[in-house]
Amino acid sequence: MARVRLDNLSKRFGSTDVIRSIDLDITDGEFVVFVGPSGCGKSTLLRLIAGLEEATSGAIWIGDKDVTHVSPAKRGVSMVFQSYALYPHMDAYRNIAFGLKIPDTSEDTVDGRVRKAAEMLQIADLLHRRPRELSGGQRQRVAIARAIVRQPQVFLFDEPLSNLDAALRARTRLEIARLHDALKSTMIFVTHDQLEAMTLADRIVLLNNGRVEQAGTPTDLYRRPATRFAAEFIGSPTMNILSAKIDEGVATIASGERLAIPTQHRGEADIGVRPENIALASPEEPNALHARVLHVEDVGESRIVHAVLADGTGLTLRHADDRAPPRKGESLALRLDPHRLHLFGKDGRRIE
Amino acid sequence: MKRLINGAALTLACATLAIFLLFPLYYAMITSLKSGAELFHVTYWPTEFDFTNYLRIWKEQQFARNILNSVIVATSVVALSLALALTAAYALGRVQFAGRRMLLYSILAISMFPQIAVLSGLFEVIRVLGLYNSLAGLIFSYMIFTLPFTVWVLTTFMRDLPVEIEEAAILDGLSPFVIVTQIFMPLMAPAMAATGLLAFIAAWNEFLFALTFTLSNEQRTVPVAIALITGASEYELPWGNIMAASVIVTLPLIALVLIFQRHLVAGLTAGAVKG
Repeated sequence: MARVRLDNLSKRFGSTDVIRSIDLDITDGEFVVFVGPSGCGKSTLLRLIAGLEEATSGAIWIGDKDVTHVSPAKRGVSMVFQSYALYPHMDAYRNIAFGLKIPDTSEDTVDGRVRKAAEMLQIADLLHRRPRELSGGQRQRVAIARAIVRQPQVFLFDEPLSNLDAALRARTRLEIARLHDALKSTMIFVTHDQLEAMTLADRIVLLNNGRVEQAGTPTDLYRRPATRFAAEFIGSPTMNILSAKIDEGVATIASGERLAIPTQHRGEADIGVRPENIALASPEEPNALHARVLHVEDVGESRIVHAVLADGTGLTLRHADDRAPPRKGESLALRLDPHRLHLFGKDGRRIE
Repeated sequence: MKRLINGAALTLACATLAIFLLFPLYYAMITSLKSGAELFHVTYWPTEFDFTNYLRIWKEQQFARNILNSVIVATSVVALSLALALTAAYALGRVQFAGRRMLLYSILAISMFPQIAVLSGLFEVIRVLGLYNSLAGLIFSYMIFTLPFTVWVLTTFMRDLPVEIEEAAILDGLSPFVIVTQIFMPLMAPAMAATGLLAFIAAWNEFLFALTFTLSNEQRTVPVAIALITGASEYELPWGNIMAASVIVTLPLIALVLIFQRHLVAGLTAGAVKG
């Protein structure tokens, strides 16, 4: 019963449009991640759903209730903040239980719920500690426990992992994924980190400039980015973009080199290719691009090779096989996988 | 060597400052322990330990009554100022409304006027309200100078508290009243201790309003009572009594400052450093 529906939702601060008529339907139990660069409106959208911001126009439905003008506490949502937002003067137990001190919850139920949530997040023996006696990761668990005990219809996470160090971030990410499996509630998660979005989401909603740029499964966004923006935002290292003129299935790129491309499109376009879809080729191979290596980064399981074409266009590729990796200054012949090329028109939209 | 000289210079500077600040109190103390003609004899060391002056002010004056009045007035002023300032700080620091800046600066502007300038007008107000010669009149008038700074300090402090804590509380379904009293008040304890103490000191020392708005000795606070201590005849200046009384009224303030000194420093600097 916790479907979330946004109906033509807009938010304006003064004369700035932060959210521009967004329509979105989140099904019950779905894990949706709002992702986008800073200032894209992802946090504002979450705060609109939480009720911390008032919508300028449009409607928000949670379950089968229009909650557009309902107070935050009555929307059946819980929120986990980036800064944890624990009450500093209360111990972990009181922090978790404080929101439950409502007339219709008996003392025993409160205690039971707090203990169960603490158990679930492995903080049962930290309950008597104050926030300042807890580490960042422990504080975030207390904040999550506080969200759980209220048994909300929808969980809202506002960049909850951003304040944690890298190792802890990966672990907490996994725990949030498992929490979703266990609770099966609707969860909305905001992040600027595309890796978090890819790993957690059932569905990613990529926002740009207050609009939905693309919404779909992580695979959708990775394999078939709808716009050049989406293509460049998802994936690391970033997708390479080559501007080209296309005629009769042959693209001429800025360096003057030619490339066969399976498309009916004619005229100017941007060719996108992910670093993992570029392979080393033999120098005589037709269709190969010639580049010089600028720098090689060894990331363990593969090498990230930064190279430049003759005209100075940068090209990044991932070298993952066991052969000796290219070295700095070396000249390379590169083969772009023709079936993994993405084509974008000058308006940024994908061309099939 | 250089460190030694620096250390000595610093010690000397501190000692000079301490002597300058504490000498009047010290002199009052040793004078209060003298009696008779010895009072008018200048000495820098205690010459006798005679407590008759202390006994006399309790017996001859209604000094206990005056101290009680001062305690009632100062405590009420602190309690009322903090209660009003905390709620005002929530509104001024956290709620967006038209004219907020204007209101904040008007509150500050109130403290521009010297007491003497508002004295006659305030006298009329107090008479009309029926508060003349009552402690309530004093409490009312003291709020004029305590409220502006309590409101300002608490507002600055309130602004520095993280917004997310309030938002978390809103999502927890807490009413503004509960948020202010159970979340913000404990967090603002250092600021409240500091401003409360300053308000207490201001109310405890106040003289002009207390002199003007009271008539009978039963309603007088300590500063006025001390100023109006009279001897047995008009030719006698009861110097010993005055000194004894001065020492007594100083003690509660010293005790309060010592008790709250940690909070005082935390409260006075926290807003400044973060803001």
